[in-house]
Amino acid sequence: MVFAIVLILLIFGSLLFHVVSPWYLTELASNWSTIDFTLDLTFWVTGVVFVAVNLFMAYAVIKFRYNRNRRSEYKPEDKKLEGWLTGITAVGVAALLTPGLFVWADFVTVPEDAHVVEAVGQQWNWSYRLPGEDGKLGAVESRFISDDNPFGMDADDPDGQDDVLITSQTVHVPLDKPVKFNLRSLDVLHDFAVAQFRVKMDLVPGLVSYLWFTPTRTGSFEVLCEEHCGLAHFAMRGMVVVDEQADYDAWLAAQPTYSEILAMKAGDPSVGEGTYAVCVACHGAAGEGNQALNGPKLAGQEGWYMRRQLQNFKSGARGAHEDDETGKQMAAMAGMLVDDAAIENVIAYIETLPDNPPPTTIVGDVASGEKIYRNCSVCHGVNGEGKAATRAPRQAGMSDWYIASQLKKFRDGIRGAHPDDDFGMQMNLMAAILQTEDRVNDVVAYINTLSGKKPQQVATRENH
Amino acid sequence: MSETTAHDAVDFAPPAEVGEMELYHAKTWIGKYVWSQDAKVIAIQYGITAIAIGLVALVLSVIMRLQLGFPNTFSFIDPSNYIQFVTMHGMIMVVYLLTALFLGGFGNYLIPLMVGARDMVFPYLNMISYWVYLAAVLILVASFFVPGGATGAGWTLYPPQAITEGTPGSDGGIILMLLSLGVFIIGFTMGGLNYVVTVLQARTRGMSLMRMPLTVWGIFVATILALLAFPALLVSAIMMLLDKLIGTSFFMPAMVSLGEQTAYDGGSPILFQHLFWFFGHPEVYIVALPAFGIVSDLLSTHARKAIFGYRMMVWAIVAIGGLSFIVWAHHMYVSGMNPYFGFFFATTTLIIAVPTALKVYNWVLTLWRGNIRLNVPMLFAIGFVFTFINGGLTGLFLGNVTVDLPLSDTYFVIAHFHMVMAVSPVLVIFGAIYHWYPKITGRMYDDGLAKVHFWLTFLGTYAIYYPMHYLGLEGIPRRYFAYGDTAFMSESSQDLNAAITIAAIVVALAQLFFIYNMIVSYFRGKKADPNPWEATTLEWQTADNPPKHGNFGPELPAVYRWAYDFGVPGAADDYIPQNVPPKDVKKA
Repeated sequence: MVFAIVLILLIFGSLLFHVVSPWYLTELASNWSTIDFTLDLTFWVTGVVFVAVNLFMAYAVIKFRYNRNRRSEYKPEDKKLEGWLTGITAVGVAALLTPGLFVWADFVTVPEDAHVVEAVGQQWNWSYRLPGEDGKLGAVESRFISDDNPFGMDADDPDGQDDVLITSQTVHVPLDKPVKFNLRSLDVLHDFAVAQFRVKMDLVPGLVSYLWFTPTRTGSFEVLCEEHCGLAHFAMRGMVVVDEQADYDAWLAAQPTYSEILAMKAGDPSVGEGTYAVCVACHGAAGEGNQALNGPKLAGQEGWYMRRQLQNFKSGARGAHEDDETGKQMAAMAGMLVDDAAIENVIAYIETLPDNPPPTTIVGDVASGEKIYRNCSVCHGVNGEGKAATRAPRQAGMSDWYIASQLKKFRDGIRGAHPDDDFGMQMNLMAAILQTEDRVNDVVAYINTLSGKKPQQVATRENH
Repeated sequence: MSETTAHDAVDFAPPAEVGEMELYHAKTWIGKYVWSQDAKVIAIQYGITAIAIGLVALVLSVIMRLQLGFPNTFSFIDPSNYIQFVTMHGMIMVVYLLTALFLGGFGNYLIPLMVGARDMVFPYLNMISYWVYLAAVLILVASFFVPGGATGAGWTLYPPQAITEGTPGSDGGIILMLLSLGVFIIGFTMGGLNYVVTVLQARTRGMSLMRMPLTVWGIFVATILALLAFPALLVSAIMMLLDKLIGTSFFMPAMVSLGEQTAYDGGSPILFQHLFWFFGHPEVYIVALPAFGIVSDLLSTHARKAIFGYRMMVWAIVAIGGLSFIVWAHHMYVSGMNPYFGFFFATTTLIIAVPTALKVYNWVLTLWRGNIRLNVPMLFAIGFVFTFINGGLTGLFLGNVTVDLPLSDTYFVIAHFHMVMAVSPVLVIFGAIYHWYPKITGRMYDDGLAKVHFWLTFLGTYAIYYPMHYLGLEGIPRRYFAYGDTAFMSESSQDLNAAITIAAIVVALAQLFFIYNMIVSYFRGKKADPNPWEATTLEWQTADNPPKHGNFGPELPAVYRWAYDFGVPGAADDYIPQNVPPKDVKKA
């Protein structure tokens, strides 16, 4: 009796939970209301079966509970009943399957006028490519991929020259226009998923997969990787921004094409030297850093990383948080770099500065730090040397007090949480495991033991 | 002609056509209990090993839940070992616990007893099978201790990431995992051939295939599935080992890894997925079919009623087994395979719902007009039907390719397959252990402790997995260490995660009642009746309780009827064992 009552409570409790649950599909932002329809339909059909069969069972448990004076009915089978049940079930299943297959047919048929975007996944970030004015994506090859050619563009293919290359994790698409995402992975499996669009698809190295949808409302929608892609899988996040046409056009005009990137002028260190004069007070004449003035060592840091941070400081993506005192100082200084050329010049100069190891100031438990650092090494390198592909700066041989202070800022959301800080979010997620001051010091103490040497590239594939 | 009107009973059992097999009766303690060739002892060896490694996986799941419920509170959990725990939890539970326990454990104990055989047909091979399985488990455990730790590739081990640097345990860990799987499959094949041949060859006089208890049918068909499916896993493990160790490119295309060019070229990651799921989907039924069979027998015995639609049940098992080989790519709807596959695999997948639903109807109809004794095994059996209905119905969401699009790779999937493949079979395992405990040990378990164990496990697991579906509907992805600030995820989803974690801890602790009960009752439990449930099948009719080596007395039992003669009109008792001929049935 108790058991049957519990079963009945579970049945109605489950229904009630379904009705009152605040956790349900997010607000739809694409044309795929048909997917929501098939899902709702499935809820109705399965819900009826769930209640009917379980209630029947609970009723049987009550009605036919043990009685020593009673015998069970001896009825090994009932062909007619079994036939009816088979038939009804088959009808129910067909009622679910048929609309499902029709919607799937829509999903595999991309509208001819769809606007094409290529989403490129790699451990653990997104980048994007648009076909440019000719409407054709240029040829790419895995063997062409390098830090200087992250998309693997074939420089000889004329179709690729006007391709728009977006190394930010954010891509824009116009409202109410069907968009086809071509999905390409440079390394392992990934998955391009936006909850509000409903559709998702894996990225598979060696082939191009796709999905399509028509965005139906403006806004920013997070792209989550939903295929396990290694240690930092949970920190792989992109963004699709749905714009009105005019906003979209303005955004698109500001993005560089492949040929523009190739034509970009390298920075001039002799001009940069002049610009650097304002940096000397805090960062030192040789970029060696100065802890008393909160200026970290710059010499030896990767150029692409300094470029990104200077741009972040300039745009307010970094150094705008009210608790980020030193960040605010730097944001003010970065504002003095008038344009991209000024940034390139100063970076070019810093790259000429001598890279001498700074004094170590942090004491911690190296063994404990080594354990923590296994979470860092995949991006920052086993020697703390930094990797452009994972967007991760060099750690070894840089100012240890600065790394410790930044880790705490990342952990506490003082740095990296700004929506325009493209890769800061990853460090917010990662630094959250440094719960205590000791753990911060331990990992920095371990970093202090690292050489910072780039490992020799062991494997090379023959070009053919 | 007898006065009773039984479904399938005759006074004649055909004479034995071959002599009895000779058994090697060991003389030493070690021969009897360690290097044992007795299927019952081997079954217990399998059972204890599987449960022990299963407890490791249970602890791993609690650690995962701690991070998900209370993110970044515990400094011993980090992204690296979190994904290793996820991986090892999954692989251990699916292969090393469920497969080993159902086939190696219940298969070994029940097949010879239930078909009326002295032992498995190849006792020596049977013994080796267990020791090879143990070796596989030890290799697996060793992988925790190699540099870099166990593999963190996810239990599906998808390349390229399974063997590239960006995944924890991509050196020693993955190598030992693949080796362990290979060893497991070798061990399983030895056992599996035994189970199939024993069922086909060693049934006693009168035990026709259509008189076999559904437990044997379930294990028999599951074993055939496993013998056909595991080779696909074996070849994928070997190919991946070659990719890892000598740089072949079976599954590895031209690619970079963490920004460095690799030497791989021309392989196909999707090929691995097809091979894996060609194994992996039948694997679901390798676990489910024995559970289906066992639960049929528990329901019938404790409801004192003939199983409803026996023939249909047998054909459903066979049909599900067959269909399970043509649905595998429903795990791959969003894998980037040719999307036109979706039409075919969605159709086959939804067709498999029909025989599965029929089994559910027949279980429920077995209760109808029964005389239901709510013994502990029956609580678990009915609990199974409830959770299986839930898990089966959510399969209709994921199997239908369109509905799968928003749900794939989210917590909806986790909730679905745990409901259908973890909670449901585990409820059957517990029910079965309580059911056969008096036969295996000769003693009764403590009823009160067993009921506490049931209620905490049944309600606790439902509290874990039912709400979890709704996290998936919201779009929360699986295999994430932490979620950080993600705009579309509600703040309250974190509260729900915390509640689920608390339920998971309760369920994990509830297993202590089970373990305590099993151990203490073994020494102090009440002496059990040889047939405490008044069951009909042959294992309850043995001369000794527990049965000795050779199972039956001097003569093997002959079988005169099917396994479900409960409530036969005109008979004095409400059950008639399979070895009682109609002429010997006491009339009412």
